[in-house]
Amino acid sequence: MNALLSRLNALMSPESGADRVVPPSGFTASLTMFSAGAMAFLAVFAMALSLATSRLADRWGAELARSSTVRISAPEEQMAAQTAAVVAILQTTPGVRAARALTDEEQTALLEPWFGPDLPLDTLPVPQLIEVIEDTDGFDPQGLRLRLQAEAPGAVLDDHTRWRRPLVDAANRLRTLGIMSLLLIAATTGAMITLAANAALSANAQVVSVLRLVGARDRYIANAFVRRFTLRALVGALGGTALGMISIALLPEASTAGGFLTGLGFQGVHWFWPLIVPPLAALVALIATRAAALRVLKGLT
Amino acid sequence: MTTVNQTRGGDVIELQEAGYGYDGSALLSGMSLTLAPGSFHFLTGPSGAGKTTFLKLLYAELTATSGRVHIFGQDPRQLSRDEVSDMRRRIGVVHQDCQFLDHLSMRENVALPLTVARRDVSAEASNLDELLSWVGLAQQARSLPPELSGGERQRAALARAVITSPEIVLADEPTGNVDWEMSQKLLNLLVQLNKMGKTIVIATHDLNLIRAAKAQVATRVLRIVGGSIQAAGADL
Repeated sequence: MNALLSRLNALMSPESGADRVVPPSGFTASLTMFSAGAMAFLAVFAMALSLATSRLADRWGAELARSSTVRISAPEEQMAAQTAAVVAILQTTPGVRAARALTDEEQTALLEPWFGPDLPLDTLPVPQLIEVIEDTDGFDPQGLRLRLQAEAPGAVLDDHTRWRRPLVDAANRLRTLGIMSLLLIAATTGAMITLAANAALSANAQVVSVLRLVGARDRYIANAFVRRFTLRALVGALGGTALGMISIALLPEASTAGGFLTGLGFQGVHWFWPLIVPPLAALVALIATRAAALRVLKGLT
Repeated sequence: MTTVNQTRGGDVIELQEAGYGYDGSALLSGMSLTLAPGSFHFLTGPSGAGKTTFLKLLYAELTATSGRVHIFGQDPRQLSRDEVSDMRRRIGVVHQDCQFLDHLSMRENVALPLTVARRDVSAEASNLDELLSWVGLAQQARSLPPELSGGERQRAALARAVITSPEIVLADEPTGNVDWEMSQKLLNLLVQLNKMGKTIVIATHDLNLIRAAKAQVATRVLRIVGGSIQAAGADL
């Protein structure tokens, strides 16, 4: 373990290897590390948001897609006959796995949040609800509507599309926003590291001049800066990611009463996803510093 | 136009009507000159005549604004930046202001041409230490450049210029800040390198140094006057 730490320390040390030709750059190095850490922290949250909304969209989509409701509004004397007719139609409809009329108790329970527990259901013209469970193939809602219209005029099919679609759309949009946030965070990290690298290179014009005098190629000089900034970004991102993951882990537990917010954390293998943030931050730093270094070196004559 | 020719096989440097100027005024012009391998040259002239600019043309820190300068048969203006860097590895330069990396020790500074060429410095440690001892900087090997005197810095700059045994050594006032004894020592090093076939060009005001060199090796003295280069008289 000590040997591993020692090797990591040697790798991270700004004074090791060819990058020693570049003088220590305390301010820009600290700035890079802090920026990478802050961005990694935000990236973990954006990732958690994106994954949570992805799960939400899947769940809403799947749960709502598998169930439908037929609502029968008919005169009291026809209610039983139309209910039986609708159930019979549903039982012979391809794509319907099960269909059953809700009992009075179940309908009372559904209305309880709005009307209280003592609702006299038998005195009110409450429609009869029939729960329809689809099989994996699903049914043809247009065809079913036509059959219901013909045989049970008071029956209306609600396949939840009008409920499901905006919810799924909202969840998908949140997921897209999460991904966009990640891309923006990566771009911002790149921009900040580019600024820091530009500042470091400009401040070291004399060093560049000496290195060129002794025959250093631009790639060699650039690599010295690239290695330094990449390592700083990696270290900063490791810290930010760790902090972000700890913060997510400390969020309140998801519960049945909880809504979207309590389900924001990572679940299962999703906990591995944030681990890609530090290497990605290092990659962004590498690309940004390399591009900045070569551009600045080209301008330094 | 002034022409100074010396032909001894393939020339390492050749100037054809070369000139350099900026903002519309010509500092140097119409220089035609060939430097053969193994030749030894002194460059003299009054302050501000353009000696440093001339040297910079020879290692492509500046490129000619008129005429042509060929270094190892190549015009630097036609080369990529990497190719210019590779070419500079074949040339050792002693700058007038030495130019060191202040955060590196003198030993690391002297080894810098090896480092940037990705050569194993540890494998050449004995040569490096020997060279540092030879220029009298063994005790200062771990010192930082700002901690050294002007003379020590010049000796270190010369050591850095020759550490890779380059084909050409260009030195701009290399003995300006050292005593006569050390001047002689540095001159002896350059003479030895010249005897090994290296081409030497030294810009200097020090006539005693030129005379001392003439006593040891065949030298040619060039003078920059009025923006042109010419062979110096026999009085030197």
